[in-house]
Amino acid sequence: MDPAFLAVQALSGLSSASSLFITACGLTIVFGVTRIVNFAHGSLYMIGAYTAATLVPQLLELSFGPVTFWAGILASAIIVGLIGVIIEVLLLRRIYGAPELFQLLATFGIVLVVQDLVVQVFGPQDILGPRAPGLRAPVEILGRRFPSYELVLIAAGPIVLGLVWLLLRKTRFGVLVRAATQDRDMVASLGVNQALLFTGTLFLGAFLAGLGGALQIPRVSANTGMDLSIIAEAFVVTVVGGMGSVPGAFLAALVIGQLQAFGILIFPKSTLVVVFLLMAVVLAIRPHGFFGRAEIIGGSHAVGIASRSPLPGRGFILLVVIGILAAFPLAADAYLLKVATEILIFALFAFSLQLLIGVGGVVSFGHAAFFGLGAYGAALGVKWYGVSMEAALPLGLALAALGAGLVGAFVVRLSGIYLAMMTLAAAQILYAVAFQWVEVTGGDNGIVGVWPSSWASGPIPYYLLTAALTVVTVLLLKRIIEAPFGYALRAARDSEARAEAIGLKVRQHRWLAFMIAGAAAGLAGGLYAFSRGSVDPSLLGISTSVDALTMLLLGGIQTVMGPLVGAAALHGLRDWIMPLTSLWRLLLGLSIIAMVLIFPRGLVGTVRDWWGARA
Amino acid sequence: MATTSMIRWRAPAWLALGAALALGAPAAQAQQAPIKIGELNSYAQWAAFTVPYRNGWQMALDEINAKGGVLGRKIEIVSRDDGATTGSATRVADELVSREGVSLLFGSFLSNVGVAMADYANQKKIVYIAAEPLTDAVTMAQGNRYTFRIRPNNFMQVGMLVDQAKASGAKRWAIVAPNYEYGQSAAAVFKRLIQERVPGAQIVAEQYPALGKIEAGATASAIEQAKPDGIFNVLFGPDLTQFVREGNTRGLFEGATVLSLLTGEPEWLLPLKDEVPEGWTVTGYPWDEIKEPKHKAFIDAYRAKYNDTPRLGSLLGYMVMTMIRDSIERAGSTETDAIIKALEDAKFDTVIGPVTMRGIDNQSTMGAWVGKLVLKGAAGGMTDWTYKDGTSFMPTEAEVKAVRKD
Repeated sequence: MDPAFLAVQALSGLSSASSLFITACGLTIVFGVTRIVNFAHGSLYMIGAYTAATLVPQLLELSFGPVTFWAGILASAIIVGLIGVIIEVLLLRRIYGAPELFQLLATFGIVLVVQDLVVQVFGPQDILGPRAPGLRAPVEILGRRFPSYELVLIAAGPIVLGLVWLLLRKTRFGVLVRAATQDRDMVASLGVNQALLFTGTLFLGAFLAGLGGALQIPRVSANTGMDLSIIAEAFVVTVVGGMGSVPGAFLAALVIGQLQAFGILIFPKSTLVVVFLLMAVVLAIRPHGFFGRAEIIGGSHAVGIASRSPLPGRGFILLVVIGILAAFPLAADAYLLKVATEILIFALFAFSLQLLIGVGGVVSFGHAAFFGLGAYGAALGVKWYGVSMEAALPLGLALAALGAGLVGAFVVRLSGIYLAMMTLAAAQILYAVAFQWVEVTGGDNGIVGVWPSSWASGPIPYYLLTAALTVVTVLLLKRIIEAPFGYALRAARDSEARAEAIGLKVRQHRWLAFMIAGAAAGLAGGLYAFSRGSVDPSLLGISTSVDALTMLLLGGIQTVMGPLVGAAALHGLRDWIMPLTSLWRLLLGLSIIAMVLIFPRGLVGTVRDWWGARA
Repeated sequence: MATTSMIRWRAPAWLALGAALALGAPAAQAQQAPIKIGELNSYAQWAAFTVPYRNGWQMALDEINAKGGVLGRKIEIVSRDDGATTGSATRVADELVSREGVSLLFGSFLSNVGVAMADYANQKKIVYIAAEPLTDAVTMAQGNRYTFRIRPNNFMQVGMLVDQAKASGAKRWAIVAPNYEYGQSAAAVFKRLIQERVPGAQIVAEQYPALGKIEAGATASAIEQAKPDGIFNVLFGPDLTQFVREGNTRGLFEGATVLSLLTGEPEWLLPLKDEVPEGWTVTGYPWDEIKEPKHKAFIDAYRAKYNDTPRLGSLLGYMVMTMIRDSIERAGSTETDAIIKALEDAKFDTVIGPVTMRGIDNQSTMGAWVGKLVLKGAAGGMTDWTYKDGTSFMPTEAEVKAVRKD
């Protein structure tokens, strides 16, 4: 390989590192002060790109020369900063004290809302911005042409780092931000106006996200997928660099930029995997990233199921429920049965997550990994070994359990936000594998032709099969939750230190819980694959994980049966509303935010409380 | 809280629905009940193509219903977003078939979705007309008696382009294609045809960026590294725009022969604005230079109705709708078997002239416009073009029989 090519490749790496740093820097500052991992940071980046791609051409028509281009970029970033302020005032301010799970979900709600709003405001088309005036021509580097705009980007990263450093070191605001990053409560006790500080921080963070997005317009068209793709990378940068550390983010961005630039030469198809593998390796060696600090460990942030005296007549209720489920095909048509089948599958999926989050306090943000592994395990069995459904389902379950064992071995060493990020990374790695290992998984094409065996192929038999498997698995999981094993998990959830002190092997228990939950999710995934006849990488995607979390939240995280009700409510609602509106994501996002703010106990929890208050 | 009240309303809604379905069957016998047809496409994700496409079929639908519909019944189209993934599309299709009770399905954009829909149609024994998906698989390896396609497939369009490549003398070819069904299929066909038809041709570089996730700079520089004298491009949409910009900057296309699928279609050409890579040999749609009276009339009517210029999607949507109308009329009913009979080897008189639906692989003979890209004012267009009828570019019957499973 000739040196000119290597040089150009390294420069490309530097320029993407720069862009990535500008965005990730905002994320890490916001996290440092507010302790909120802002999922919506990618959405702010996207808004920045769309705003600039719309605004800058209009400014250029005024023909004041190159200055207008840069003024437009800056104006877009300021607009995004103001949007950040609105988000802080309306939402974030109300959830600083909430458990991490709720914070993550609420900011993900913003992501959903923004996705639909962007289409409404800017139209569905991708918008390619204008080129920077005066930077259209390439420069020659060792005989190769290189876009001059990329050189500007390479310079932009260190400039932003320098300015942020000056801001943090030399201004009162910076001192307060650093103080809040060190100890939020102490800053509050000293009488600092926290509201102003947090709003200012959000402005800074959003401004940087907007700047990152706006700077992209000459090279990337503004499109609706850029929010999730940048947030995944920005997460990796902040986590690898250490949450809250600006120099850490810079270093991590440099490493990742070069890894991507040269990774494309060595593993041309596995760039996504390489990035997430880096994160997994760094977290395995340094659980808090390059320059991160250990979080204050404590059970204060865990939410989960509470102990209650068993309902009288439980056995009777169970029999009635089973009876209703079994008799349902008599009353329903084919489509209703299809919906019911899916509800049962999602109920099982959400219930398996309840074992992790509600019982174990292990906030997994990547539970789709095991749902998808189950689906892919089954589909791969059908495709490559021609096995029947009866053999493919256990195959999927086994693959999911195996995957959960592997992921769990890494994850149980971590806690809090790092744990959530690590599970997310694991799911993203699997997503990338499914997406890019085209020869085996079919990539984007997925695998088609995954139909049930003939005895189960009609809507009624498949519904009954799903119902039977779901009921049995849920009862089994419930038994596990109520066994000493479940109580041990709850002890570790509420106080890890005390649980360890009385001799519980916390990590081993959590690891086992991870595998059990993974296996159950895998069974759900396998059933789902056969109900649809195909699998595709979206089963492993972030939105599938968020679906499960939303069901959990909607049903009520503090109750054992909440996820089942949540699955029925969410999927039923989705099936009903989705054909009626193109704004489903907006509705879903707003409902998630509303649930976090005013309804955190969920459906079952609220009914229980109401019942309890009446009695 | 709104959520709870919605859930409470859910049960009555379902009951009403069940009742409607139960009553639906006898009602369909009556003269007035419309014929329901299911349509699904990636309206959110691929709006550049699909929205003009929807305008096209909507325009045809309005015309048909204004003339009293077909078989004395109006046509009603139940249209849904297919989510642009395989799983989501088959799920939506299932809803259309089992809840809405549609007589046939048409639509979808991405080729992987098209393959999944073909599989679904085969499993559920319902007619599916793949309007846009271009992969050969839909009518070849994964083809089945329920799946039909209107547009010329990859084999046909690549065949038209490769004929143009012979004259250029280019031997060292690079391929850039999105890494999913459509791009893989087009690349495979190109590799085969260029080696069959251009003696001494070799492939020196292949780049397969993920759909919608191209790293344009790295991709362009990797191709440049191989110093090709010919480039075969399958990218479209945002990937294409970024690739062209990087390629222009780096001088990638200077002195190289470039063959490019679909780039002459206004949906992909307009976003390039004045950065159109002039001289590329492309398949596309030069609507602004079309003179045939019937086709011209369609274009004028479309522009008057929507106050917008037509895209290829507009034409396709219009053609599909009229072909469906003709098929139902000839079938005399909406029964699946009757419609299949009416489609197989049927001749249609369309706005672009006669088109036949070949029965052996359910592929229509619709052709494509082949020409060169040129900058016309502030945007790109096609010049030096000809319309190539699909008939002479189709795979031979022996080839079809060799790969089709039915």
